[in-house]
Amino acid sequence: MTFKKLLVANRGEIAVRIIRTARELDLRTVLAASEPDATSYAAELADEVEVIGPAAAGKSYLNVEAVLSAARSTGCEAVHPGYGFLSENAAFARAVADAGMTWIGPAADAIELMGDKSRARQAAEDAGVPTFRGSHGSLSPDDDAAAIAEEVGYPLVVKASAGGGGRGIRLVTGPEELESTLGMARAEALGAFGDASVYLEQFVSAARHVEVQILGDGERVIHLGDRDCSLQRRQQKVVEEAPAPGLPEAVRTKILASSIELGKLCSYSGLGTVEFLYDPESHEAAFIEMNTRLQVEHPVTEMITGLDLVREQILVARDGRLRLTQQDITFTGHAFEFRVNAEDPANNFLPSPGTLSRLDWPGGPGIRVDSGVVTGSVVAPFYDSLLAKLIVWDSRREETIARSLRALGELRIEGVKTTLPLLQAVLSRSEVRDVAHSTKFIESTPDLLGVTS
Amino acid sequence: MADIISPLPGIFYRKPAPDKEPFASEGDRIEAGQAIGMVEIMKQFSEVRSEVSGTLERFAVEDAGAVNPGDVIAVVAEQ
Repeated sequence: MTFKKLLVANRGEIAVRIIRTARELDLRTVLAASEPDATSYAAELADEVEVIGPAAAGKSYLNVEAVLSAARSTGCEAVHPGYGFLSENAAFARAVADAGMTWIGPAADAIELMGDKSRARQAAEDAGVPTFRGSHGSLSPDDDAAAIAEEVGYPLVVKASAGGGGRGIRLVTGPEELESTLGMARAEALGAFGDASVYLEQFVSAARHVEVQILGDGERVIHLGDRDCSLQRRQQKVVEEAPAPGLPEAVRTKILASSIELGKLCSYSGLGTVEFLYDPESHEAAFIEMNTRLQVEHPVTEMITGLDLVREQILVARDGRLRLTQQDITFTGHAFEFRVNAEDPANNFLPSPGTLSRLDWPGGPGIRVDSGVVTGSVVAPFYDSLLAKLIVWDSRREETIARSLRALGELRIEGVKTTLPLLQAVLSRSEVRDVAHSTKFIESTPDLLGVTS
Repeated sequence: MADIISPLPGIFYRKPAPDKEPFASEGDRIEAGQAIGMVEIMKQFSEVRSEVSGTLERFAVEDAGAVNPGDVIAVVAEQ
């Protein structure tokens, strides 16, 4: 369905990112902004700004009625949700479609399926995606949990079906802990997600986080390669790269091909990411979850494919069919992304709001900056601490690391504390250069926590 | 009367979760050290505690309202 006017239902760097592509596509943009964001950099770039509520996200960015009414009153014909906020809210996706507008994302049914982590796991198994040993779907009260746990093997994890993103997971080291942990996990899941369903899965101690970018039109599905996002802190990604390094070709081929099959199985349309844990000891990769939206780290894929993923996402929502085939996709070089957060690494990553008095970005070949702020911007205390992403490309991984260290060294931010010292320290580690790290590397390396500039 | 001051900028919440009971209500007896709400700053939550015992007279900030450091969140009548 053709459209001329797009509501950007997000804030910060991703709102800026979407507005840029929309402008290149000759689409008029309306930014749905909270009161304090009405004067943000994204608001400056948008054609129109519609205030949807006060600072608290629950009353603005997460308020389905307020966002829908902003779209209607400004005559928008399409809605881009970005990531976070309402981007994986199936009811919102449905409401946008029911209001006669184009939803820039997959169908609500696919969001719902992948939002239920035990159903998603079953779908992955059905599609031939490798999964860890675990219960088949959610545990029902009649199931013999002890027998299923025995089959899965200890240690294992209890996961909330409605969890995801690392939330709602508990470790069980032996059978004597199973009953009590299941009880706690069910109660916690009910409190946190409103759904007590849990399932069991094998525990993997030191793995890397690898993911596959897919793009579909409901019938055809292609992959845009893989990424590694193992450098994390508190389940939040800190540094990402593409392609995933140190992956045996057989494993890479398997996760790419089976991710396409999973996309086909759920008639997937738009951008999606299939996440895996890769165990470098056993050389096994297994499904974690699928994210049914644009990812924060999409630029590393753009750097090695030369594509604008947001453009492809908007065009497939508009035209209903992919204009690319798998043969059109080629990969060149290596890219890193560094998340610059307003947090103080010397003070236990305490959030650091304030006014940016100085902001000098690096330049030179292979450097890209996706920022939600400019000099003079106020970093409000109300939202996520992500200020900007520095993305660096070079022909080989080793050269990209050297270029990244050079670029990080040029970055000057004054007015708030940032995670820049952590980014520099991480990239200087031999474990990262040698791909000997796991998702627990940052948190298990005291030298990296409490780094000062 | 003693003011409970927000140490942080952010959003003040009277409940630990949207579907939970409030930490405290106006008219409640409050003990020193008791949490009366929490402030969210960039997705991190800190509890706001009363330094004195007494009766919670009133809240000066609405639920999910924005606060700055030094803002009065609530007033307690010391007893």
